[in-house]
Amino acid sequence: MTIDVMGEAMIIRPKGELDHHYAQEIREKADKIILKGEIRKVIFDFTNVLFMDSSGIGVIMGRYRLMEAIKGSVCAFGANERIKRLIKMSGLSRVITLCPNQQKALEVK
Amino acid sequence: MNYINEMKIQFLNKSVNEGLARVAVASFCAQLDLTVETVADIKTAVSEAVTNAIVHGYENMSGFVTVCCVYNLKEIEITVSDYGRGIEDIDEARRPLFTSSPDEERSGMGFTVMETFMDSLEVKSSVGMGTTVIMRKKVQV
Ligand SMILES: Nc1ncnc2c1ncn2[C@@H]1O[C@H](COP(=O)(O)OP(=O)(O)OP(=O)(O)O)[C@@H](O)[C@H]1O
Ligand SMILES: [Mg+2]
Repeated sequence: MTIDVMGEAMIIRPKGELDHHYAQEIREKADKIILKGEIRKVIFDFTNVLFMDSSGIGVIMGRYRLMEAIKGSVCAFGANERIKRLIKMSGLSRVITLCPNQQKALEVK
Repeated sequence: MNYINEMKIQFLNKSVNEGLARVAVASFCAQLDLTVETVADIKTAVSEAVTNAIVHGYENMSGFVTVCCVYNLKEIEITVSDYGRGIEDIDEARRPLFTSSPDEERSGMGFTVMETFMDSLEVKSSVGMGTTVIMRKKVQV
């Protein structure tokens, strides 16, 4: 996975199968940066995520809680239909913004 | 179930084995001519059940998870068992968004995902003995 920081925005780009095993690594790497205190927006790039289960929902939820606490926001783009369905099922789509691409995600307030 | 093929695998409760379980079940199911969607549904449900066994069934203990997969001309049946902690209140556990470990960033969606992606879900459990999840999906062979 890679993480890009652009000003106050952080783009997390997981690769492959986002399960409980992989979730632990994503969480650790992302929070190391978030906890420095400069990030106001977390963007998930799901373009290269081929599989996801509820552990992925947990990862998004956890970063949402961190952002909510500082009045920041969470967006996602590149999600396939299955991932979108999971995000909607969990109710997360009410608090995070699903965007069509990276540019739009960066524009979200 | 009057099966025409069956397989069983057993592995330690290590999170790295979640991928192994998905691949094993998907390969077994590849013997049938299933749609990509159906295989993805099954993989997701298996991932949920196996993760639960590893995360909740054993917590900090060490133990084996068994995945059994059977198919006949009408359906696939997948059984995931652990021999760990067990579930006290199964109805509560199955409720959407219920989780006993919110601090570990669990969303409480696992059972709901299994129910949504499979045609039926049965949960048997006894405290201190372990948990068995039986999932079925209709297939056209
Ligand atoms: N194999 C198991 N052994 C013991 N308890 C279990 C087992 N499977 C599930 N549970 C209990 O049922 C609850 C609900 O499970 P479910 O999979 O729906 O949610 P979760 O695992 O907590 O979160 P998520 O799956 O969204 O990450 C768990 O929090 C746990 O208390
Ligand atoms: Mg679960």
